[in-house]
Amino acid sequence: MSVLSCRGVSLGYEGRIIAENINFDIEQGDYVCITGENGSGKSTLIKAILGLLPHAAGTITEGDGVKHTEIGYLPQQTDIQRDFPASVWEIVLSGCQSRAGMRPFYNREEKQTAESNIEKTGLSALKKRCYRELSGGQQQRVLLARALCAARKMILLDEPAAALDPMASAEMYGLINKINKEDKITVLMVSHDVASALKYADKLLHIGETVFFGNRDEYVKNVLSKGFMPGGGND
Amino acid sequence: MTEILSKLSLYLQYPFVRYALIVGTLIALCSSLLGVTLVLKRFSFIGDGLSHVAFGAMAIAAVLNLTNNMPLVLAVTVICAVLLLRTGANAKIKGDAAVAMISVGALAVGYLLMNIFAKSSNLSGDVCSTLFGSTSILTLGKTDVILCCALSAAVIIIFILFYNKIFCVTFDETFARSAGTKAGVYNLIIAVVTAVIIVLAMNLVGSLLISALVIFPALSAMRVFKSFRSVTICSAVLSVFCALTGMLISVLAGTPVGSTIVAVDIVTFAVFSVISLIKRGAK
Ligand SMILES: Nc1ncnc2c1ncn2[C@@H]1O[C@H](COP(=O)(O)OP(=O)(O)OP(=O)(O)O)[C@@H](O)[C@H]1O
Ligand SMILES: [Mg+2]
Repeated sequence: MSVLSCRGVSLGYEGRIIAENINFDIEQGDYVCITGENGSGKSTLIKAILGLLPHAAGTITEGDGVKHTEIGYLPQQTDIQRDFPASVWEIVLSGCQSRAGMRPFYNREEKQTAESNIEKTGLSALKKRCYRELSGGQQQRVLLARALCAARKMILLDEPAAALDPMASAEMYGLINKINKEDKITVLMVSHDVASALKYADKLLHIGETVFFGNRDEYVKNVLSKGFMPGGGND
Repeated sequence: MTEILSKLSLYLQYPFVRYALIVGTLIALCSSLLGVTLVLKRFSFIGDGLSHVAFGAMAIAAVLNLTNNMPLVLAVTVICAVLLLRTGANAKIKGDAAVAMISVGALAVGYLLMNIFAKSSNLSGDVCSTLFGSTSILTLGKTDVILCCALSAAVIIIFILFYNKIFCVTFDETFARSAGTKAGVYNLIIAVVTAVIIVLAMNLVGSLLISALVIFPALSAMRVFKSFRSVTICSAVLSVFCALTGMLISVLAGTPVGSTIVAVDIVTFAVFSVISLIKRGAK
């Protein structure tokens, strides 16, 4: 049984449809990349999966005991205040919110989860530092660690490496790959970096005028060679 | 020095002075707890806006000749708080504009009503005391004090129980909602608690100076401290310290309570700004 399946999903805002008839199934442990032009509806799809937005038509079902509150989420844009006083530790721990549920305080197990995710993302030395004083790449890793705290089986990443330099983004992709392979967490990631997407992903979803879902070879044949993804074909 | 102390102990023998100190401390504590969240949610001026709403409601209560205006004032303020913090989420009118609108509107209508239906001959005195806080904190009865203690205790308990959720919702509402946190519910709680605190605080500093109680301790703490928890604790401590100092000075020197507290707040803000500059320079 698949952990996430979308059947005939259409996305839109207030009656205006932006993407239609999206179908795909994701199995436990998959590494899936979503590509598509700016404005094609990738972020909207992610939000619909998380239940943050309603979708216009179709069904999105989680299987295998995955609840959408148990999916880790790294947003593309956050409206985090620039002057917000919050330490790395506080932010990562807040990822355990869905585990704590109605319980007002975090228990020892949750604190350990936060601790181990801080270690995993290489933030141990920055644990006490203030979020707003970190570099963009470090901030992105903090948000990844927070998402990992929420993720029990699956994590959704919306352009996690968009603002990072080539070194930092390679590091980010390596980290995500490690999480996928070692911790067996299903990864669903939006990315404009087709080269890295082809390098790591088992399956790819393309959203645009045509919607495509399939494995690497099919993606190269159906999407890249037909020029739906300009600039992606030459590497 | 001994003279001051003996004068102080003389004053402290009066129950109304003790009541004022207790109530003032509690209100300062509550408003500073919420202040951090409100400042970060860009609702610094909600205190101002809501206190003017409360002022308008008081005017209505006065016109209706209600003897106990507390329930009406509280209800009207809570409703406005909920509406205001709601608009923050899906704003057609942006938060600050909505606050300004309601604030100025309520002030004008309140003053108008008081003017038309005024029974007392000392209108400007009445208005002045509602706006700047009067000696009314020194005229608190026992029931007022008990009510204030109960409400403050409720606010503090709610804040402690929901501390982690409030952090989550204030820091990143989208993520909080994706984790299944009912952001709407917590925004509602924040709104209601804010309204309660403001109605309480009107007695202490009057409606014009409430914003100071909400904003100054949070801003001072944010100058020096870098984590949410330390900022919250520091602003609570600061706020209580400033309120106590301000009230003692005002009792001894006979200055107006509200303005004295705010003056002390301003001094601490200046001190903390200097500390932050020194810290940065030392790095
Ligand atoms: N809140 C909104 N209300 C109305 N329309 C919106 C809203 N958010 C996005 N849209 C529209 O929906 C479309 C898809 O947006 P979306 O953010 O999903 O694109 P995307 O594929 O993630 O693009 P990008 O690669 O730039 O991140 C866009 O045309 C956008 O204008
Ligand atoms: Mg996007």
